[in-house]
Amino acid sequence: MIEFDRVTITYPDATGPVLRDVNLRVDEGELCLVVGRTGTGKSTLLGAINGLVPHFTGGTLVGAVRIDGRSTAAHPPRELADLVGVVGQDPLAGFVTDTVEEELAYGMEQLAVPPTVMRKRVEETLDLLGLAELRHKALHELSGGQQQRVAIGAVLTAHPRVLVLDEPTSALDPTAAEEVLAAITRLVHDLGVTVVLAEHRLERVVQYADRVVHLPGDGTVTDGPPDTMFATSSVAPPVVELGRLAGWAPLPLSVRDARRRAGRLREVISARAVPTLRPSGPGAAAPLLRAKGISVAYGPVVAVREVSLDLHACEVVALMGRNGSGKSSLLWALQGSGPRAGGTVAVGPDRADPRDEGRAEGRRLVGLVPQTPADLLYLPSVAAELAQADAESGPGPRSARDLLDRLVPGIPDDLHPRDLSEGQRLALVLAVQLRAAPGVVLLDEPTRGLDYPAKEALRRIVDGLVAEGRSVVVSTHDVEFVAAAADRVIVLAEGEVVADGPTADVIVASPAFAPQVAKILAPLPYLTVAQVAAALGEAR
Amino acid sequence: MPRGPSRLPRALHPVAWWVWAIGLATAVSRTTNPLLLVLVLAVLGFVIASRRTEAPWARAFKYYLWMAVIVIAIRVVFRTVFASGAAPTDHVLFTLPTVPTPHWYAGVHLGGPVSLEALLASATDGLRLGTMLCCIGAANALANPKRALRVLPGALYELGVAVVVAVTVAPQLIESVQRVRRARRLRAGQGKGLRALRGIAIPVLEDALERSLRLAAAMDSRGYGRTGTATRTSRRVTGALLITGLLGLCAGVYGLLDPTTPHYLGLPAVLVGGLLSTAGLALGGRRITRTTYRPDPWRAPEWVVAGGGVLGAALLFASSDPGLSPTFQPLAWPTLPLVPVVAILLAALAGVVAPPPVAPAASRVTPARAPVREQVPA
Repeated sequence: MIEFDRVTITYPDATGPVLRDVNLRVDEGELCLVVGRTGTGKSTLLGAINGLVPHFTGGTLVGAVRIDGRSTAAHPPRELADLVGVVGQDPLAGFVTDTVEEELAYGMEQLAVPPTVMRKRVEETLDLLGLAELRHKALHELSGGQQQRVAIGAVLTAHPRVLVLDEPTSALDPTAAEEVLAAITRLVHDLGVTVVLAEHRLERVVQYADRVVHLPGDGTVTDGPPDTMFATSSVAPPVVELGRLAGWAPLPLSVRDARRRAGRLREVISARAVPTLRPSGPGAAAPLLRAKGISVAYGPVVAVREVSLDLHACEVVALMGRNGSGKSSLLWALQGSGPRAGGTVAVGPDRADPRDEGRAEGRRLVGLVPQTPADLLYLPSVAAELAQADAESGPGPRSARDLLDRLVPGIPDDLHPRDLSEGQRLALVLAVQLRAAPGVVLLDEPTRGLDYPAKEALRRIVDGLVAEGRSVVVSTHDVEFVAAAADRVIVLAEGEVVADGPTADVIVASPAFAPQVAKILAPLPYLTVAQVAAALGEAR
Repeated sequence: MPRGPSRLPRALHPVAWWVWAIGLATAVSRTTNPLLLVLVLAVLGFVIASRRTEAPWARAFKYYLWMAVIVIAIRVVFRTVFASGAAPTDHVLFTLPTVPTPHWYAGVHLGGPVSLEALLASATDGLRLGTMLCCIGAANALANPKRALRVLPGALYELGVAVVVAVTVAPQLIESVQRVRRARRLRAGQGKGLRALRGIAIPVLEDALERSLRLAAAMDSRGYGRTGTATRTSRRVTGALLITGLLGLCAGVYGLLDPTTPHYLGLPAVLVGGLLSTAGLALGGRRITRTTYRPDPWRAPEWVVAGGGVLGAALLFASSDPGLSPTFQPLAWPTLPLVPVVAILLAALAGVVAPPPVAPAASRVTPARAPVREQVPA
C-alpha cells in the first residue's frame, strides 16, 4: 500500500539529509508504528506519505514514494486526499469549519462526493467514532479526546485507504488517549485501513502495532515485527524495558503478555525488600508553601474549589487529573498571576503571598513554567533571552547562562528559541524562571512532546532542583514519569482534591494511573524498571 | 398559511433573508417620511424577534441600531456646524457664532443660524441612512453568515473560505493574546510601552503564523484547491467577465438609485452587468468539482419572504405619492401614504411565513449531558 523506494529527503540549509536511502513497504491493513527520538525525522517520514514533504514544506526528495501505485511526485497532497488521510498533533489547528457535522463533511465536499453519499457517510462516521451526540456542537467546545476523534472522523469520511497520525494522543489524558486509540484499532480491525502512527508514549500503543519502523537518528530506517524491533530500539516502553531486563524472548508487548511471563520474576523479587522508589529527602520540616481554601472561578464555572495543600522543601509533587480538572488553574492561582476567587497562599518563613508582593517579588517566591513555554520567549536568540533574564531578575547568585548549562549543557547562544527542541526550550524557560531563585517551582505539563530520553533528562533536572532545597510541582498526564520522578501525587477531579499521598499509594491503586510495571508485578508494590533492576541486582 | 412539513422548524435559506433585507433597504432609499422609516424599523424588529436563533451573530442587531443612532447624530451635528443659512420663514432655534472662511474656501459656511426645519430634514435624512443600515443588520442577524457564504457560486468559493477562516481565526488570536499576556506576567521586567508590546506581539504573531501554516497543510491534505480542468485562458476570461460585470452592476445600481443620472445608466447597465457576471461565474464554476453537504432547500416560504422584500421595493418605486418625501417647509406633520404602508407591511409577513428557527444545539443533546467523561468506545 505504501512504498518508499530509495528515498532521500534533504531540507534546504541542512547539513545532511533527514532521511537517507529509505526502503519501506507497508502492506494493506497494517498498523505501523513509527518510533524514534525527537528530531530523527518521524514527522518527515509521515509527511512524505501524502506528499506534504516536499510539496508543502520545501526540500528535495530523491527516490519515489508510491501510495497504492500513485507517486507523490506527480500528485500533490490535495490530489491524494481521497487516498491518504492525515491527522496532526493539534486537532484544533487543522479544523476548517466550526461544527462537528460540517467538519466531517468538509473533505468530501472537496472531493465532490454526491450529497446523498455524503449524508450517509457522515452518519456512519458519527456512529463509528461515537460522536453522534456531539454532531451540532462547536468544535472548540469539545474536550481534547473528542476533538481528536472528530479530526480522525473528518479524514475518514473521504474513505482513505491510508490513515497517517502524527502523535495523536500526546496532549491527551490517559482516558482520552485510550478513547482515541480504541477508535484507531477499531478502524484497523473492522475497515482494513492501513494506519501509520507516530507516538512518543509507546506504552499506550505498542501492543496494537503490526509493524514497527525505527528511526535510530542517522537518517536510516529499519522496520520489522514489533518484538524483534524492540529488542534493540533506542526508545522503548517500560513493558519492553522490563522484558529486556528479565531476558524474556520473544519480548512481551502488552501488560497481559508480560504478566503471564512474570510469574518467576515475581517469585524472585518478592523475597527481597522493595527498593525505595527515590532517595528520600531530609524529611519534612515546616512547609515551604501553605495554601488554604484556594478557589478559582471563571464566571459561573468553578475550576478549583477550596483546595488546601502544603508543599515541603525537597519534595516533588505530581498533580494529575483529566483535562479540564483544574490543574493549570490551581498552579496559576498558587503563583499569584492567575485569577483567584478565594483562599490564601503563604510562602516561606515570612508567610508572604506572591499575589500581593508584586510581579518581581512574586516570582522570587514561586516560579511557574506555563504549558506553552514559548509564550515567555520573545527575543531573537538564546543569548538575548538569557541576558534579559539577568537584567529583569537583578543581582543573583548565578547567571541565567550558568543555570541553563547546569540544566542542559551546550545550547548555542545564537540559536533562535523557536529552533530549539521541546526539551531545550523547556530548559531555557526554566533557566529564565530559576534566575529569580524561587523556592517553589511549578511546571505545567512539562512532559508534553518529550521523548523518553528527554523525560529522563527532565527527571534529573527536577531531582537537582529539590536537592537544592526547593519544592517542585509538576502537572502531568504521564504516569510513567510520575512513577519515576514524584514523591507525592495529588489527583484533582472537578477542581477538588480526590487523592493526596505518596506516589506508590496513590497511583498503584488507580486503574487509569497505574504504571505498566505496577500492573505487571501487582500485587508487589514496584513502580519502575529501575526498582526491579535494583532488586535483581541485590538478588544476584 | 401553509401548514404541514414546511412549517417544521428549520433555517430559512440565507439568500431569501438577504433578498428580503436588500429589498427593504431599496424601498427605504425611496422615502424620507419618518413615519414610514419608523414603520420599517418596527417591521425589522418584529421579524427579528420572531425568527432569530440563539447564535452569536443573531445578537448583533442592537449594534446596528446603535450605528443608526450615531449616523443620525453625525448628520445633525454636521448640519448644525455647517449651517447653510435659513429662509426667512424658518423657525430659528439658535445662532452659532460665524467663523469666517478664507476666500479660496468660499461656499462653506461655519456657524450661523440653525433652524428647526434644517435639523428635522437632516435628522430624517440620517434616519433613512440608519434604517438602510439596520436592514443589512437584520439580514446578518437572521441568516447564518457562514451558510450564506456557502451559497456563493463555485467561482467565488475560495473567497468564501478565506472569510470563514478569518472569522474562525479571530477568536483564536484573542485567546492567544490573553495567554501570552498572562504568561508575560510571570517574567517581571519592563511593563509598559513598545518593549512590552513587543513581548506580547512576537509570541502571538509566531503562534498565528504557525497555526495558519498548520491549517494550510491540513486543508491541502484534505483536498482543498483540487483544480479540476481550468486552463490559463479560461481563468483570464472568467476574471475579465466578472470584473466588467461587477462594474456594470455598480454603475447600474447607482443609476437606479440616483434619479438625476442619464437613463442608460440605470436598468440597462444593471441588466448587462448582471448578465456578464453570471456568465463569468458560470464559466468559473464549471472548472470547480465540488459538492455541498446538506444544501439549504428553497421552498415556498423562501419565495414568500424574498418576494415580500422585492415587492416592497417595487411598490415604493412605482408609487409617486407625495407623502413619500414630505417637506418641512412649511412645518407640518407628515402623512401616512397608503400604498407604501401596505408594501412595508407585506414585508412584515416574513416574520410569520418563515419557518420557526431550530432550537439551540445545546438543548438537542441528550438530557444526560456528560461532555467530558463520555464512554470509551469498545
